[in-house]
Amino acid sequence: MNHFVTEGYVLPNQMHIYWTTMIVLYPYITGIVAGAFIISSLHHVFDRHELEPVSRFAMIMAFAFLLFATLPLMAHLGHPERAFNMMFTPNATSAMAGFGFIYSTYLLILAVEIWLLYRADFVFLSQNARHPLMRKLYWLLALGVMDVSPEAKALDRKVMIFLASIGIPAACGLHGYVGFIFGAIKANPWWASPLMPVIFLLSAIVSGIAMVLVCYLVVQWVKGREINGACVFALIESVWYFLIIDVTLELLELLNHAYMANEDWEILKALITTKLFTSFFIIQILLGSVIPFFLLGSVVVFKDRISPSVRNAFGAFGGVLLLMQVAAMRWNVVMGGQMFSKSLRGFLNFDVEIYGREGLIVAGLVLCLPFVTMFVISRILPLWGPLSTFPKEWMKEVVPERKPLKGYSKFS
Amino acid sequence: MTSPWTQSEISRREFFEKCAETGAQTFVFGGLFLTTANLRLPQEGERAAAAGKEPDQAIYGFVVDTTTCIGCGSCVRACKAENEVPDGFNRTWVEQYTFFPNGEVIVNSPMGGENGFPENLPERNLPKELEQLPVRGFFVPKLCNHCTDTPCIQVCPVGASFVTKEGVVLIDDERCVGCGYCVQACPFGSRFLNPDTMCADKCTWCYHRITKGLMPACVQACPAKARIFGNVSDPNSEISRILATNRVQVLKSYLGTRPRTRYIGLDSEVV
Repeated sequence: MNHFVTEGYVLPNQMHIYWTTMIVLYPYITGIVAGAFIISSLHHVFDRHELEPVSRFAMIMAFAFLLFATLPLMAHLGHPERAFNMMFTPNATSAMAGFGFIYSTYLLILAVEIWLLYRADFVFLSQNARHPLMRKLYWLLALGVMDVSPEAKALDRKVMIFLASIGIPAACGLHGYVGFIFGAIKANPWWASPLMPVIFLLSAIVSGIAMVLVCYLVVQWVKGREINGACVFALIESVWYFLIIDVTLELLELLNHAYMANEDWEILKALITTKLFTSFFIIQILLGSVIPFFLLGSVVVFKDRISPSVRNAFGAFGGVLLLMQVAAMRWNVVMGGQMFSKSLRGFLNFDVEIYGREGLIVAGLVLCLPFVTMFVISRILPLWGPLSTFPKEWMKEVVPERKPLKGYSKFS
Repeated sequence: MTSPWTQSEISRREFFEKCAETGAQTFVFGGLFLTTANLRLPQEGERAAAAGKEPDQAIYGFVVDTTTCIGCGSCVRACKAENEVPDGFNRTWVEQYTFFPNGEVIVNSPMGGENGFPENLPERNLPKELEQLPVRGFFVPKLCNHCTDTPCIQVCPVGASFVTKEGVVLIDDERCVGCGYCVQACPFGSRFLNPDTMCADKCTWCYHRITKGLMPACVQACPAKARIFGNVSDPNSEISRILATNRVQVLKSYLGTRPRTRYIGLDSEVV
């Protein structure tokens, strides 16, 4: 078949792009959840002790992002007031109907895990916080479980490991599922691929670890605190490995399209070389994958020979590039799939909306909310380490050096 | 003396471990089984219903004869008027295919063919001196294919898309959440999000008319008999006779959606 795609015939009902910024944002947000949770679990379950400085923060970050994962979807739905029908009257054959259940299960696991992680702190703070109202708040947060005996703590840890071992498949499920939403659409050759869930999951992990890495470095720099080299190295190392598998699979999928050269390849080729050229080849591949590969790779390869400041700078810069790469990947998948018509003969232009319900401003606000939440939580709970890192002036009296928290280090 | 009741053969710990193991296995494999079963069940059920249908139950079908369509656009206008289709969207539309000697194919459908097609040739990005006369051309009316194994019903998260006993695929406006997943899943571009109702919308084969014994508006308006609608389960109906005496095709058959709208004289360039 000869397709003169540049002439452009777009089916009459496809003059509009229905899934826009919000549907790009949604997998981006859930992706960060998956990655952050995995970092936290690497420490809590798999005993990667070098990740201790960020393990609590990563867990809170996963929670904060997960809280707002549904917001872009709500902003996008034509009838948000009927959203819960997806849970009350789900259609068993719909991939999308699984969302509510997967999401709420995961949110529950995460909430319980955070509670277990901080339970001893709640108990301690409910007696020692400076402000009486805060003491009440901590007492409420402890849910009346005030037993901090070594046996109780040991039980906490056991349950936590159990939950994390459910939580890892749940996190993978949540994000693999997001990929499935796109990968199972046979009507769209740019989406339909069994690799899609795997690619979504891996890029999710990359973005999550990158976000933890960037936030850790930025917060430590702003606060003027010491940066834990082993921790930064461990983050860079894991994100580098995941990046390699992720980008390999992404390119493999493209190569497969090109090599099979089905009837849809002609339009897909035109898509990536025209409409998506900048966002795919320049941003996603060159800036977002090749440069971080060398930046972070040099840190991993020259582990002992690279100076800490260079390592941290490479980590922060590489992390930001990775965050951009994953955002570009979401954009290229979601928008790219809608920029060509199902007639396979024409393209659509998409002008980014700024002010509307699905515009850039709303997207920016939605993306800010998890950070606001993390800030609020940081006023209540120590995010970056054990309780001893909490500001002393917020306590009734000076906390004796870790003494009341004997056996505590097991948790954090 | 040790009674068999006091002598435990496995410890309590082992017992609970076994229980947990069996429970987890049941959960995982049972879940997998149910999911796989569910993925197929509605379609199987529908086929079974079609097989064991009452003798007088009508199953509707639609035939588009691309060899007789003259591209007047009456069907599109009739549909828009009958179903109050918002501007910029189409429940049915007509495509014009024009073939040039160099192998170039131009497809267009200005406003879905609502006002017919202009008499001059479709525009090409060619210099004037290279202008050629086309070698052939034809019109293809399109509408919802009312697929038997339809991806739009499969993906609807709330079950707002459904198939009637007559085989017509419809949308319940009071259930639709407006997520647009069905719009993405339809391989034919038949669906759109109606900006007035914020719900998915598409051709219903004029369900409100056909259930009263009338023809769909587009069929009634067509002056060229390019659109034939009727009861395919009745061997004496016009559509059954046409299906029995013609070689028909469907759009994108490789996707396995088994459309109920069939085409006579479909060219390989039509997708």
